[in-house]
Amino acid sequence: MTVTAIDTDQLRKVYGEFAAVKGLTLQVSQGEVFGFLGPNGAGKTTFIKMLLGLVKPTSGRGWLLGAPLGDRAVLARVGFLPEHFRFQEWLTAGEFLQLHGELLGLEGKALKMRIDGLLDRVGLTPFRKKQLRTFSKGMLQRVGLAQALLNHPALVFLDEPTSGLDPVGRRLVREIIQELREEGTCVFLNSHLLSEIEITCDRVAFIKHGEVVRVLSLDSLADAHAQVTICATGLTEAILSDMARWGRDIHANGQEVTLFVEKDDAIPEITRYLVEQGVDIYSISRSRQSLEELFIETVGKDGGL
Amino acid sequence: MTFREAIRRKIVLAGLVLGVLFLAVYSIGFRMIYTEISLEAAAAGGSIASLLVLREMSNFLLLAGLYAATFLSVAMGALLSADTLAGEINSGTIQTIVAKPLRRSDVVLGKWLAFAGLLGLYLLLLAGGVVASVYFQSGFVAQNLLRGLLLIYLEALLMMTFALACSSAMTALATGGTVFGLYGLAFIGGWIEQIGSIFNNQTAVQVGIATSLLFPTEAMWRRATYEMQSAVSSVLQMTPFVTLSVPNMVMIAYAVLYLLAALALAIRTFQNRDL
Repeated sequence: MTVTAIDTDQLRKVYGEFAAVKGLTLQVSQGEVFGFLGPNGAGKTTFIKMLLGLVKPTSGRGWLLGAPLGDRAVLARVGFLPEHFRFQEWLTAGEFLQLHGELLGLEGKALKMRIDGLLDRVGLTPFRKKQLRTFSKGMLQRVGLAQALLNHPALVFLDEPTSGLDPVGRRLVREIIQELREEGTCVFLNSHLLSEIEITCDRVAFIKHGEVVRVLSLDSLADAHAQVTICATGLTEAILSDMARWGRDIHANGQEVTLFVEKDDAIPEITRYLVEQGVDIYSISRSRQSLEELFIETVGKDGGL
Repeated sequence: MTFREAIRRKIVLAGLVLGVLFLAVYSIGFRMIYTEISLEAAAAGGSIASLLVLREMSNFLLLAGLYAATFLSVAMGALLSADTLAGEINSGTIQTIVAKPLRRSDVVLGKWLAFAGLLGLYLLLLAGGVVASVYFQSGFVAQNLLRGLLLIYLEALLMMTFALACSSAMTALATGGTVFGLYGLAFIGGWIEQIGSIFNNQTAVQVGIATSLLFPTEAMWRRATYEMQSAVSSVLQMTPFVTLSVPNMVMIAYAVLYLLAALALAIRTFQNRDL
């Protein structure tokens, strides 16, 4: 039986009167790339901090890689890039990675080779001997990402990993996440950049006011939320109400009808039905609902404030 | 690690430059005063009384130098640790550290040990320099020198540890305010105690003891001067470093316990803190 990478049961954190995270239950499998989405202040970072033992949960339970939260040994197999990455800026990039490697219990030649490899991977080899204080935000984020991968982690938390990066840097992060997926590493990605999530993640959870409001697989996103637009003449009320068999949210506006279908298979069936009813069809088009539209639909236009 | 941080952040450099400057000024001052008194002593025909004055003056000047060195070490102790945890928590640097497989207590202990080492070296430079300067110019060595210096070191450690405990719970600025406030309180308390004992005012002495219990830094300095002060000066009560109401061994034991408690508090607060 495989152990889940992240498993939480009603994890809750209350600051004074304010519940930052209220009873969050979530399971993430090993090897999965999981997107954690939600508006600012929804409790995303607090949730990650509870998992990593930085913040003590008020109540609830959780496990990382099968070990209960707070287990130190398991942290040796976990990587973490915090949102507000601030590192010891008086260190050089090489020394910084050396320090964090040693904190993880790595040493000697293996650590040195790993540092070489990672600096190369994030494109910072020429800056190895430069102090971090001279680094730009994007460079710090790259070195932070390298730091999170030093121990070949089984589980990596990336809190807004692309916030300081230019398009080239973002692409690099995307590629690294792909590589991690191929290596079987579980990536827990916390991001506002929905297009990023859409490209990289297997599953996403929407979180609002400290609760998971929806979890869905991105493979099913395409099917489950295809919007069909039909331009036709001869549509009657009876025909429109019949179409509810295949889809929902049917809107007719003159010659144009839009509806959402559960599965792509419904589209030829609708077409056949309309032709049988004597409707003249001029065009049928299918568009997939983007994650962004789904996000707005799920958390609301107010951004959950 | 913390050693390297101190070096990179130019704390050590600042400490060294000012420390050397301090020693230079002190040595020149000592030379001038000592030469003056020596001449007077020679003019007086090298009488026993004048030689005694020379010796007591050396003792006084030594203690004055050590007093300044103590203050600098105490301030260094507070400054080193005031920002360490508070600053790293505030900037978020601590997050990647604590998310590693380490005990939080080891993070605190590691910092404490490094600071203790740094303070030791710093005090050795300043106080050792003062003692050496006096010795090479006049040949004077105070009694119980090692004991006195250890007490001064204990005082600096106390300040550093207490600042570390505050730093685990408060901002750097609040920490600085608190520790220097308490230090000032203990300082004033110490004087009230001394002056009170001149007039045999028990209440004043008790006020002093109470402030020492609250923050035993000044008491350590008092004990240190008591140890190093020559018997003649003590009897004659002729310098500000003469200690009339001497903190006893219980107070020293209390200070050591206080230090350990502060360290335990630092660890405990840091362990329970949400970062």
